[in-house]
Amino acid sequence: MSTTVDTGTEIAAFTVEISQDEIDDLRRRIEAMRWPTAELVEDASQGVQLAFLRELARYWAEDYDFARLEDRLNALPQYMTQIDGVGIHFIHVKSEHADALPLIITHGWPGSVVEMLDVIEPLTDPTAHGGAAEDAFHVVIPSIPGYGFSSQPSEIGWNSARIGQAWAELMKRLGYTRYVAQGGDQGAGVTDAMGRQAPEGLLGLHFNFLDAIPKELLTAPLTPRIVFSHDEREQLGKVVGIFMRGYISEMGEHPQTIGYPLLDSPIALAAWMLDHDPDSYEKISKAFLEGEQTGNLSRDNVLDNVTLYWITGSGASTSRLYWETNKAAGASFKDPPPHVKLPVGYTVFPDELFQPPRHWVKHAYHHLAYFNEAPKGGHFAAWEEPELFSEELRAAFKSLR
Amino acid sequence: MSTTVETATAIRPFRVEFSEEQIDDLRRRIDATRWPSKELVADRSQGIQLAAAQAIAHYWLNDYDFGRVEARLNELPQFRTEIDGVDVHFIHVRSANENALPLIITHGWPGSVIEMLDVIELLADPTAHGGKAGDAFDLVIPSLPGYGLSSKPTEIGWIPPIRVAKAWAELMHRLGYDHYVAQGGDVGAAVTHGMALQAPDGLIGIHTNLFFPALAGATMPEETEEEKAARAAIDVFKAGGFGYFLEQATRPQTIGYALLDSPIALATWLADHDTDAYYKIASAFVDDKPSGNLTRDHILDNITLYWLTGTGESAARSYWEGGPNYPQDTAAPAPPPPVSLPVGFTTFPGEIWRTPRSWVETAYPNVIYFNEVDQGGHFAAWEEPELFSQEIRAAFSSLREGRS
Repeated sequence: MSTTVDTGTEIAAFTVEISQDEIDDLRRRIEAMRWPTAELVEDASQGVQLAFLRELARYWAEDYDFARLEDRLNALPQYMTQIDGVGIHFIHVKSEHADALPLIITHGWPGSVVEMLDVIEPLTDPTAHGGAAEDAFHVVIPSIPGYGFSSQPSEIGWNSARIGQAWAELMKRLGYTRYVAQGGDQGAGVTDAMGRQAPEGLLGLHFNFLDAIPKELLTAPLTPRIVFSHDEREQLGKVVGIFMRGYISEMGEHPQTIGYPLLDSPIALAAWMLDHDPDSYEKISKAFLEGEQTGNLSRDNVLDNVTLYWITGSGASTSRLYWETNKAAGASFKDPPPHVKLPVGYTVFPDELFQPPRHWVKHAYHHLAYFNEAPKGGHFAAWEEPELFSEELRAAFKSLR
Repeated sequence: MSTTVETATAIRPFRVEFSEEQIDDLRRRIDATRWPSKELVADRSQGIQLAAAQAIAHYWLNDYDFGRVEARLNELPQFRTEIDGVDVHFIHVRSANENALPLIITHGWPGSVIEMLDVIELLADPTAHGGKAGDAFDLVIPSLPGYGLSSKPTEIGWIPPIRVAKAWAELMHRLGYDHYVAQGGDVGAAVTHGMALQAPDGLIGIHTNLFFPALAGATMPEETEEEKAARAAIDVFKAGGFGYFLEQATRPQTIGYALLDSPIALATWLADHDTDAYYKIASAFVDDKPSGNLTRDHILDNITLYWLTGTGESAARSYWEGGPNYPQDTAAPAPPPPVSLPVGFTTFPGEIWRTPRSWVETAYPNVIYFNEVDQGGHFAAWEEPELFSQEIRAAFSSLREGRS
């Protein structure tokens, strides 16, 4: 029995290995794509446009280097450890600076650790990237259960709260007794849950997406402290619009059903992932159709992420997180979790799904220690603007060092 | 120019032909399916269960006769005619009884003319099927634009209750019917409702088996137990399993890639329509226990038709038409006056919600028939062709009286 326990908490080095067979099969499927007719509109109002996706398929099959993903990940120290029955994959890069602040960054959907690869150097080695030695972080970047190289949960219940608990355990296993946490998208949900759980050692949080507020905003008439100006009504409209999106509804209700195409058709997978929000769609579409890249959202970087989803066959298991989120939202409506008392930093990126005014954030997180509006960047802030994102984290966590 | 006009309105006989290559490709793709891990629940609450999906794939690949769709359709008189820029495919079966009442039946999504194949004989030849000669119908069963063997619209604007409804009136006119009735469920109910609103010359009444006004946002009474239960059932539908509706209504192109490229994605997307139909389909494949006429072969005939015609995206677009992303300025004008034509309605117990008589009477002032039957669900004609045919005969019998 003791052996089991030892093995259970062991941290094993991890290397990605993708077989040539898997890559050949993927390429064959891309080339065998059976295409629908073109959309009947001039814009993205019927979904991902045919010309864009055909160019993506062409680039993926002909120009993309399928070894990239393996090379990029294996260039970093990766590990695997069992927590609460799930194998957790994570990247762990220690700064050379002994006083570096440990930081756990959580990705979202349709993202993965691939989003975070280019913030690792600016955060761990700030002096080489326009920062000071005292800005350094030790960086822990886990794959959410069911995402990428983490294993797929075999039981329900892996919601943000449980992931948050697992992350606290991970940081403890790594020997970190004082650390901070960061997240956007679903990663914001996980980071928010960690804030509410306030595990020993967690000093503060930073968000680039407001996961906490929407449910309170949706009952805004019952929340008199949130007063609506014209601009706020516009933002509220954007929040409500998120829940009117088919992908959220389908993944939240029937993740298994959408799992079949996401596992069987690489182009269906790419289309589903790229139909996330109008801003990132526009940017990624431009990268492929016009060769005009926004920030770091290059064709190769985008395809690294889609390829990761394909190779790990995680379309269904990643979607299940939305199902869990739906369930958890229902439960927390009835039985709200404790408030976040820890200091919180928040950065508004101008092209994010919505731009919460400061007092919305303050309403969600009473101890708002840092708030800033960045000049550029969207939903995938770390991915699109790694330098700017890194500067925000340095500034947000400065007072906690 | 006169030649062009004649050609455009010509009604051409039509036969289905699918190539061996298409079928081989389909088989290869089913066989090559890359499966997700199993759902984490013991019911439909995460969507199509893996065991059901794999049972569908297994039967499709190993036991299903891929020649069935072609054979079944080509046994019937089929035609195509161009209406408003779309080549409309339809089955047209005239009854041997010369006093037969012409009836146009419209299928819905995820259906097709396949749903209606087994009501044709019953309705066209009632004396051979427990009915009277006076119950006979001449049948017109079109494929919706973008569905099955109709062509795909190449422009937006094909809003089912508006433009499709208008096209059907033109079709009946072309066929020389100046006195006819219309029937539909699902999207077909929307089209049929729209026809009644437009009240074209010759249309004398309608029957539906899905209550479209409740989906179109009309306010319905919620006083009685039946009314409350119907409202609750609609709410349940919208809260769990409405994703397909929202996705098709807003992003038909995005889901279209999946539906064209992966036969199992297509099969599972089509099978995930409503709880009752899902469990019946799952039970047909997993336990070999079909409900009524919803057999494995019949279900696969429909899915195979979607696959071989490659209509996943174009069928999904019919939900987009008139939806949230539809251009506002060209959307439907002021609400039309209520339907004054005679309306019949049948509530099937497995339908998404059981429409009470009071709702039908709220939406339609001239209800000539209402009945609640004891079996059948969303795909009423498909699942219970006998019962469905009896309902159609009963619903329209009063409209035959006094006909010369």
